[in-house]
Amino acid sequence: MRVLDLKLFRDVKRLWAQALAIALVIAGGVATLVLAVGSFRSLDETRNAYYERYRFADVFASVRRAPNTLLDRIAEIPGVAAVDARIAKLALLDIPNFREPATGQFISLPDIAKPTLNQLYMRVGRTPEPSRADEVVVSESFAKAHGFAPGSRFSAILNGRKRQLVIVGIALSPEFIYAVGPGDIMPDDRRFGIVWMSEKALASAYDLEGAFSSVNLKLLRDASEREVIQRLDALLERYGGRAAHGRKEQTSHAWLDHELDMLNNMSRTLPPIFLLVAAFLVNLTLSRLVALEREQIGLLKAVGYGQWTIAAHYIKFVIIIAVIGIAIGSAAGTWLGMSVTGLFGDFFHFPFLVFTHSPDVYLAAAVLSLLAAIVGAIRALWDVVRLPPAVAMQPPAPPRFRRVLPAAFAIDRVLSQPSVMMLRNIARHPIRAGFTTLGMALATAILVVSLFTNDTMEQLIDVTYFLADRQDATVSFIEKSPREVVMQVARLPGVLAVEPYREVPVRIRNGSIERRVTISARPRDADLNRIIDVDLHPVVLPDAGLAISAMLAQILGVHVGDFVEVDLLEGQRRTVSLSVTALVEDYFGIKGMMDPETLARLMREAPAVTSVNVSLDQNRADRFYDAIKKMPTVSGLALQRASLANFRETVALLITTMASIYTGLAAIIAFGVVYNSARISLSERARELASLRVLGFTRAEVLRILLLELALLTLIAQPPGWAMGYGLAWIMKTNLAGELMRVRLVVEHSTYVLASAIVITAAVLSALVVRRRVDRLDLVAVLKTRD
Amino acid sequence: MADTIFTAKDLTKTYTSGEVQVLALQGVDLEVWAGEVVVLLGPSGSGKSTLLNIMGGLDHATSGRLIFRDLELTGLDDQGLTAYRRRHVGFVFQFYNLIPSLTAKENVALVTEISERPMPPEEALALVGLEARMDHFPAQLSGGEQQRVAIARAIAKQPEVLLCDEPTGALDSKTGIRVIEALLTINRQLGTTTLIITHNASIQDVADRVLFFADGRISRVQKNETRRAAAELIW
Repeated sequence: MRVLDLKLFRDVKRLWAQALAIALVIAGGVATLVLAVGSFRSLDETRNAYYERYRFADVFASVRRAPNTLLDRIAEIPGVAAVDARIAKLALLDIPNFREPATGQFISLPDIAKPTLNQLYMRVGRTPEPSRADEVVVSESFAKAHGFAPGSRFSAILNGRKRQLVIVGIALSPEFIYAVGPGDIMPDDRRFGIVWMSEKALASAYDLEGAFSSVNLKLLRDASEREVIQRLDALLERYGGRAAHGRKEQTSHAWLDHELDMLNNMSRTLPPIFLLVAAFLVNLTLSRLVALEREQIGLLKAVGYGQWTIAAHYIKFVIIIAVIGIAIGSAAGTWLGMSVTGLFGDFFHFPFLVFTHSPDVYLAAAVLSLLAAIVGAIRALWDVVRLPPAVAMQPPAPPRFRRVLPAAFAIDRVLSQPSVMMLRNIARHPIRAGFTTLGMALATAILVVSLFTNDTMEQLIDVTYFLADRQDATVSFIEKSPREVVMQVARLPGVLAVEPYREVPVRIRNGSIERRVTISARPRDADLNRIIDVDLHPVVLPDAGLAISAMLAQILGVHVGDFVEVDLLEGQRRTVSLSVTALVEDYFGIKGMMDPETLARLMREAPAVTSVNVSLDQNRADRFYDAIKKMPTVSGLALQRASLANFRETVALLITTMASIYTGLAAIIAFGVVYNSARISLSERARELASLRVLGFTRAEVLRILLLELALLTLIAQPPGWAMGYGLAWIMKTNLAGELMRVRLVVEHSTYVLASAIVITAAVLSALVVRRRVDRLDLVAVLKTRD
Repeated sequence: MADTIFTAKDLTKTYTSGEVQVLALQGVDLEVWAGEVVVLLGPSGSGKSTLLNIMGGLDHATSGRLIFRDLELTGLDDQGLTAYRRRHVGFVFQFYNLIPSLTAKENVALVTEISERPMPPEEALALVGLEARMDHFPAQLSGGEQQRVAIARAIAKQPEVLLCDEPTGALDSKTGIRVIEALLTINRQLGTTTLIITHNASIQDVADRVLFFADGRISRVQKNETRRAAAELIW
């Protein structure tokens, strides 16, 4: 079939613009899947490799002070593979030329050999000499934020005493991929850093020689985490141990997990939608394209080609287009995937990247695209190949046009002749018009679902930073403190208002499901730090009982009125049963909330605070910071403004980067659809339009007839496109909800407008391309050939 | 007496075109002999093309019988008709129906590739006087040249029957005569039975027999004792 193949090759060349437009639609679908799944898997694989190579621990616990002799007993717990004990302390930092106080998480490094777990990846420099009490290693992101290099100096208040420290090395740790300071909800690299110090030096600073304050465990593969934690808690209890926890509740891991989960959920939600939409559109377009070949198919039959040969010929034709699309999509998807992996790898501070290749993804994308293309061709061939060649070679019989409305309505007479032609053409091909409209509606829909994340993020920011957490700063204390500290903070320079805040770590349980969360308490009339529910109203907590996040209620399977068991992990460490009196639809984390007096009674203590929320006079902020730096009981200062900026730089960046990429791909798909619709309509009606030109219609008039239909269908497609977009956004929002963060579905009007604007722009650009073709319609050929 | 190549008995054909039912053939009886040149004349819609399409296996009859040598065409399914067209029939259409993306030679090769005993495409093109324009695309050829490519394509597989539906309909007289000349040359050299539909009454002089069509029937048959050469035609 050499000549047929030649024809194939030349046909593809002749129709290159259309073939490319269709291929790009396929490419858009394929690229989205390859990009999303590829980057997720690469990042996941990178994390796993990082954890494994640098021995990230499985269980984490902290104590006030436990003797090193206890370590042997910990190691004897069944299921424990390795034990790593150390000193871990929070301390305020004073950094030259940085006015705000920063917090350092100080961690001891063994003086001989490496830590057994949570090992460091040294970027530059070396670990501290045991004999040098002033040498430290700092985390890379913290060093970068301050432009630190080995040799740089800063000071810290260790156990109430200010010390000068010198950096000798910069490192990464699997334990602090996400480093979130006390009181903060977002990492802030400028104000929170990890500082590793020689064990000897840190022990002497905190009087912890021969003792530890933090212990991490690596478990055997088949060990039960829950049992190990129970035994560990039992051992540590008399040493002031706070409840041990697994990776799930380790801040860095939980955040990273959440981010990867979001990527994964996005990769499971958007790309399949994109791919299906692309497949549908390709199917539609190719079927129309093949239908245009009716006369050539008739001729091939007339000269003796069998229908299978002809079918194979056209199927090859669509396969070529599909393969071009798959190739472009795979290449673009791989490249985008690697860029995204690189970008996020940087963001997570991974020391290295593992790029995984997922043949299954490429295969799935290719198979679906090919199937869609082939089925599209077969749909068209089915009708044409069955026709006797004598009939196929004739143009199709004049379609049965009819008045759009009964003659009595006389709408036909009101409208211009071109409008009548357009309306009758749509009425004549209702299915085709319907599919074209559906195609464009889907294009709008995938744009809406790509764009809506911005709206949702902005709403989240609005609620969190401007309605709920309205304080300027949060001062956290190393230990729970008596109420008097509130007045102490109120007297600091620049402070306009203060509000106490108390947090108690607890384990909350319903049956076998449990979570480690905190119960927070704030004054009933709190005005800075408020609880805002999903309807954006401030929530007043009930006097008795416990209010919990709606998400937590869902996880535990409890409703208002149900009782939950709560282990108080502080003070007398009692286990109590509390009734759930309210559910709060919040956005960040899962937590419990209580009235402060009720919490104090529950803790059997005088009302205490763990932090103070502050409203600041920004003009006097510097003096406030200076004063804070001199308070030895303060573990950290969280700043709302910095937190918001960090939120925009981190989580929002992650989501909006992906959304932008998806938007770009959606725009390509949208353009491909609209362009092909216009282009094929032109081919289908070329003869009719050329005849009109012969009859004396101007180019503009002819173009109007052609484009009016496209314009009308494009406009009709928008409202259903918005509706479908909203539906897809809802699915995505539901998939993105997690324990750490949830969003409320918000789609601004501007998003619908933008999505439609992109589709309409695509339509206008297509119209311009089609216009050139209308200008070149061959009038003589129409007169010469039959009709 | 030559062999009978076609026998038609009470052939009818009804079309549905759009919302209209058309009785295209209303009982046609006909015999065609091997090597004959037959011209079919008649007004539009008189059934000429319908008969030719059915004889060429391009369409099914509604009722009646059509036999090609020993093969009953009216009993064949789509596959059978495809095989029949491939082996025995060459077509020339009014509007050439060349594949625009293939050159003259490739358009001919399209057919020779699937034939059992084809002549080389070059030779077929030489027979119609187009050896110099083999590598031109249809768009680069005049109407007459395109029609001659179509004839070369039709005869390259050396068919027993050549069916031509208004082969000169879209051509001026000088070009038309060259096309008829090419058809007669083929008939003479290869002995191909040739049926030509035309609106041009003067072409009837080159035929052995002329069939006049009216209202879906053969209304009259005229036998020419002598055939004129194409060059002698005037229209």
